[in-house]
Amino acid sequence: MDFASFLIQTLNSLQYGLLLFLVASGLTLVFGIMGIINLAHGSFYMIGAYLAFVLTSTTGSLFMAILLGVPLALIFGAFLEWALFSHLYKRDHLEQVLLTYGLILVFEELRSLLVGDEVHGIDIPAMFNGSIQLSEVLSYPVYRLVISAVCVVLAVALYFVIQRTRLGMMIRAGNHDRTMVEALGININMIYRVVFALGVALAALAGMLASPISSVFPNMGSQVLIISFVIVVIGGIGSVWGALAAALIVGFADTFGKVLLPELSGMVVYIVMAGVLLWRPEGIFKKG
Amino acid sequence: MSNMLLEAKELHTYYGASHILHGIDFNIRQGEGIALMGRNGMGKSTLIKSMLGIVRPKHGRVLVRGDDFSKAPTYRTAQRGIAYVPEGRGIFPNLSVRENLQMSARCGVDGQRNWTFDRVMATFPRLGERINNGGWQLSGGEQQMLTIGRALMTNPDLLILDEATEGLAPLIAMEIWRIVKEIRKTGIATVIVDKNHGAVTSICDRAMILVKGEVVFDGSSDEVRADPELIQKHLGV
Repeated sequence: MDFASFLIQTLNSLQYGLLLFLVASGLTLVFGIMGIINLAHGSFYMIGAYLAFVLTSTTGSLFMAILLGVPLALIFGAFLEWALFSHLYKRDHLEQVLLTYGLILVFEELRSLLVGDEVHGIDIPAMFNGSIQLSEVLSYPVYRLVISAVCVVLAVALYFVIQRTRLGMMIRAGNHDRTMVEALGININMIYRVVFALGVALAALAGMLASPISSVFPNMGSQVLIISFVIVVIGGIGSVWGALAAALIVGFADTFGKVLLPELSGMVVYIVMAGVLLWRPEGIFKKG
Repeated sequence: MSNMLLEAKELHTYYGASHILHGIDFNIRQGEGIALMGRNGMGKSTLIKSMLGIVRPKHGRVLVRGDDFSKAPTYRTAQRGIAYVPEGRGIFPNLSVRENLQMSARCGVDGQRNWTFDRVMATFPRLGERINNGGWQLSGGEQQMLTIGRALMTNPDLLILDEATEGLAPLIAMEIWRIVKEIRKTGIATVIVDKNHGAVTSICDRAMILVKGEVVFDGSSDEVRADPELIQKHLGV
């Protein structure tokens, strides 16, 4: 592998890993803080991509689609938490899995009824529709760099919110002891709602950002869901930084696995997961 | 009635099939100090948790400042000026000392901000030395100071201390009692559960003794201290 193609694969790994982080961060927070296994989390990615498709077709711009889609996703997430998930906190995991699996079916059916079952493409916004020449034959698309940049900005913002704000302190405290947070006069249910809505919005945004490069197709959430659970497990349940590290590990393992070990490409990520769990059974970053 | 902070009427609480509280009446007024006493397993912590809504009583009512809070979520009770220091401390080990204090900061029911970050620091100088340490790095005594400091940051009118000195070295326990006395002087009402009967009855003017989920004594602390038989009968081991 020459340097230019190595650079390309590195950039691809970063972009893929960072995008997965957007999905996995919400999944790990909801799992770690509220104890909810949300199988429908991948559907939010799918919904995001379809929102991008529908809104881009009506407004003519992916920017507008994202600008409208993210608030919609936040509202949708808050509504779902209020209507369904808030009733699940005291239930066992089997009931959570039943409800959230059911939600996948409902979301896919609704998607089929409302938008249909065709595969759709979304144009890369014109201003990012170029590429950067890396060598005489190799170039790299600007839009992928934009995705990575947006994800980095969001990761920094998430870091700031969780580490530096009172809301973040309450979220971390709730991760440890829900009753004590409540006994200090803090409405933990509101915190849960905010966290859940944030998780939905991040997953949906990931779907929107990815839609021009991955296209928009039925069941696109399920693949992302599985890989996101792998990330949550590798990173340590409830740890956002663990999710970031794990997402990057998965991004590199998957991308370079496909290039270097094409025969094993489907397995590399899971081999890495098994290795990490042998080394640290509770994930790279323990809860916290 | 107007200065009544917290009342329980005829509380019955169960853990599964076991009947823990058998119709307890409880009340505490502004500024009052109650030593809540009784042997292990007599229902002291359960009474506190029932009044705070952490455990739901099967029968009976809880009033906060005269309003029915029987079904209110815990955070609403806390917002009415009732702070709780649980047994086993309950600091957030994954937050720094500073964050433990900052996250709970709130003005009191009447908008009072008597307890600020600086005042808590002045009251617990040891916490100041460890301000950027993680909660998990604190000693038992420091953790206890942090939970009390954190409770004070909510500017409460009532501070409930459940086994505040359990497992602490005697010198550290004395330091905690000294601070609790100081807090009492500021007019905050307190409910204190502790094995050290001498210390609690000297800090609180009123004493209640629970036996098997029932109140067997409710009177002045002086009465308790003057009656070694009462202590021996209900509290002796």
